[in-house]
Amino acid sequence: MTLLEVDKVTKAFDKQTALKDVSAVINQGELVCILGPHGCGKTTLLRIIAGLETADSGRVFINDKDATYLPPAKRNFGIVFQSYALFPNMTVMGNILFGLKQKKGVTKFEAKRRAREALELVDLAEHRDKYPRQLSGGMQQRTALARAIALSPQFLLLDEPLSALDAKVRLKLRGEIRSIQQTLGITTVMVTHDQEEALTMADRIIVMNNAVVEQIGTPREIYDHPATPFVANFIGTMNFYDSRGEICAIRPENIEIASGNAAYDAAARVKAIEFKGALTRIYGLLADVNEVWVDLPSEQADALCLHPGEMVYLRMPEDRLVKYAAAA
Amino acid sequence: MPARLKRYLIGLHPFQLLVLVICLAAFTVVLIFPLFSLFSKAFVDKSGDFVGFANYIKYFDTPSLTISILNTIDISLWSTLFSVVLGFLYAYALTRTRIIGKVFFKYTALIPIFIPTIVHALGLVYMFGKQGILTRAGFFPFELYGRLGIIMAETIFTFPQAFLMFYVALDFTDGRLYEAADSIGVSPARKLLRITLPEIKYTIINVFFVCFTLAFTDFGAPKVIGGSFSVLATDVYKQVAGQFNFSMGAVVGTLLLIPAITSFIVDRLVSNKNSGTISARATELIIKPGKKRDVFFFIVCSLVTAFLVFLIVTLFIGGLSANYPYNLSFTLDNFSFNRSVGGFGAFTNSVKMAVFTALIGTGFVFIYAYMVEKTSGGSVLRKYGKLLSLLPLALPGMVVGISFIFFFNNRANPLNFIYGTIIILVIANILHYFSVPFLTASACLKKLDKEYESVSDSMNVPRWRTFLSVSVPLSLPAILEIFMYFFVNAMVTVSAVVFLYSAKFKIAAIAITHMEEAGDYGQAAAMSLLILGINVLVRILYEAGITIIKRRTRIKEA
Repeated sequence: MTLLEVDKVTKAFDKQTALKDVSAVINQGELVCILGPHGCGKTTLLRIIAGLETADSGRVFINDKDATYLPPAKRNFGIVFQSYALFPNMTVMGNILFGLKQKKGVTKFEAKRRAREALELVDLAEHRDKYPRQLSGGMQQRTALARAIALSPQFLLLDEPLSALDAKVRLKLRGEIRSIQQTLGITTVMVTHDQEEALTMADRIIVMNNAVVEQIGTPREIYDHPATPFVANFIGTMNFYDSRGEICAIRPENIEIASGNAAYDAAARVKAIEFKGALTRIYGLLADVNEVWVDLPSEQADALCLHPGEMVYLRMPEDRLVKYAAAA
Repeated sequence: MPARLKRYLIGLHPFQLLVLVICLAAFTVVLIFPLFSLFSKAFVDKSGDFVGFANYIKYFDTPSLTISILNTIDISLWSTLFSVVLGFLYAYALTRTRIIGKVFFKYTALIPIFIPTIVHALGLVYMFGKQGILTRAGFFPFELYGRLGIIMAETIFTFPQAFLMFYVALDFTDGRLYEAADSIGVSPARKLLRITLPEIKYTIINVFFVCFTLAFTDFGAPKVIGGSFSVLATDVYKQVAGQFNFSMGAVVGTLLLIPAITSFIVDRLVSNKNSGTISARATELIIKPGKKRDVFFFIVCSLVTAFLVFLIVTLFIGGLSANYPYNLSFTLDNFSFNRSVGGFGAFTNSVKMAVFTALIGTGFVFIYAYMVEKTSGGSVLRKYGKLLSLLPLALPGMVVGISFIFFFNNRANPLNFIYGTIIILVIANILHYFSVPFLTASACLKKLDKEYESVSDSMNVPRWRTFLSVSVPLSLPAILEIFMYFFVNAMVTVSAVVFLYSAKFKIAAIAITHMEEAGDYGQAAAMSLLILGINVLVRILYEAGITIIKRRTRIKEA
């Protein structure tokens, strides 16, 4: 069931186009990541869904009702910003109660109960009397999340919620956010520039570049069948080469090394070999011009006993190849 | 509503729109309308007919009037020169040397801010006048009244401004520049010429204009100590209050705007080049030991401080002795002020006026800045608001005063009823001193996370609640600073209110001029002490408040 719909939205700031004809549908209960490089318009899209910015043209629907000009307060969402925007003069509990206290029909007792529930959900109950600056980054992030969900909003918006954190905390919180989202079954839109974050957390991903949507699909679809060279290149690693007037693309881990006498698709000269732990990456040159990377399990690479300067014969499985029309 | 208007106003709640419109309308009525009356007065004759530039032509054809232009430029240039040099040396001493007593020096430099400019002049009279302490001791064989006195008084008046601006500029530097210079053996003189001065060159220009404008437009000091040496500000007063020649008063009033307008233009020209100053990785400057340097700067600071302290001491001597210089026995009689100048009531009136100015002014400035900085939508309205907020910076008190007379003292004006009441004084003060508090408030609000409002919106919390429970508590230091600024300035101002006070509501700073005119120096000094006392008290309360707030925030961070 569709919860949010963005239809042909265009937005410009001082002549710089942030969104061009962007359309997307977000279904009830799913976690959708808006993924793209810096300045691609992803945060603008989120802010338009929130009502914090207004589209120049196009419409926004919430529950199939036109919400293009609906003020944020009437849209019933929770939001977590990159900066968290926690009120520094209030305790953790105070931050969460701030919205609850003035909600109509919620008694003081009820508000406190709901705030405690939200805090337990993010595992911060024992820190409720601390001030934001007394908490670690990860705890601040969780406070912001608790504040956003305490009002039981219809959907949740997360603007780069993890990018201000250390790598380790980020990994841990990824799982926590996803599990809270699934427990509550709350529709969530998350903006991120981290492809790994999007791949691991999202039900579906909206990939954006230069103010337009490049592709919308599940992580698997986007990884295995990137719709455009940009998506192919932006997510994961991809080898590109020309073949009979088409651009072919294949992931390094999908290339196989053929033994010398077997059928092969291409020959490459080994330039360098890089041990990366479980995998070993081989840097080669196709036909002495096109760079090609091959990832092999390290054991297999060891067994091949390759050296720079040697020739290797590569097989590109047809079902793993993605083909694009050559650029005009 | 048409979609375009709807889109334009989205993000601006009807209530916010109402507040913004009220703020802007109020400001327009007290700023733009009176200024318009002023300018239109300058172009009409006594019967109100339009005469074009005839008033200006008449003015420039009257040598007895135009002499004031040269006089004013003359005294402004000299006092600015002294203030710039002294302010720089003093600020350099406090930021770039290792002299002792920096805190003491810093606060004594602020003394002149706490008293009206008439009192700077009064202090000089006590020190160097015909019966002055130093004159009698034979140290001052010059004529104080006139050019020399004005230059001295304006130097005292503008020195703290120059000092504070240089202090901020010099305190904020990148230590790595000096370390790099040391590592390649650059001499101290070259470091000063090639690093320090270029770093603060825009501050020097700014200080110059600020001091020049202040001296150019000041009324209090020339009134007391000017003798027959006429300047523009006293001319305005003579034309308006003495000869009821409003058109000529308006002409001279518009001339008072020239330095401020010039500085606006210069500021526009240089400010574009002033971007990209100090990198975030700048390191603190480590001041190296330097005996000779420290001795020199300690002497400079001590001399300046001694002069200012001596000025205050003379006020104590004058205010607390029976009949200076003939009878120096201690008395408090001087504090029972003459009825004709308003008695002790003049002081309580001033305090009342300052309290209202500070309370209403702080509230208005802060809400105004919040509406301009923290709302979305209605961008044209907000741009207009920003423009209005900086205009008062260009308006001398005299101009505020006479334009208020022209506008409000008009039976046809429905606001005529505020004329002659405390209300018009409070409004004049808020307007006159609006810009600096506005800049303080908006700088403070800009530093707050702009998403606080977005978060509140998402939780359906009304903006006024976010304003009261988040923005205001987080801005308390700035709010206190604004309060103090309004209070202190309302206590010391003469120029804006000299046209607006009434016989029913007399105020302290004006009373001092009248006491001085009547030769009641003892009472004038006593009243000055009261003003100084309450301003210092307010400053102490401010510092205490800031300390408490800082301590409380520290607890929240521990």
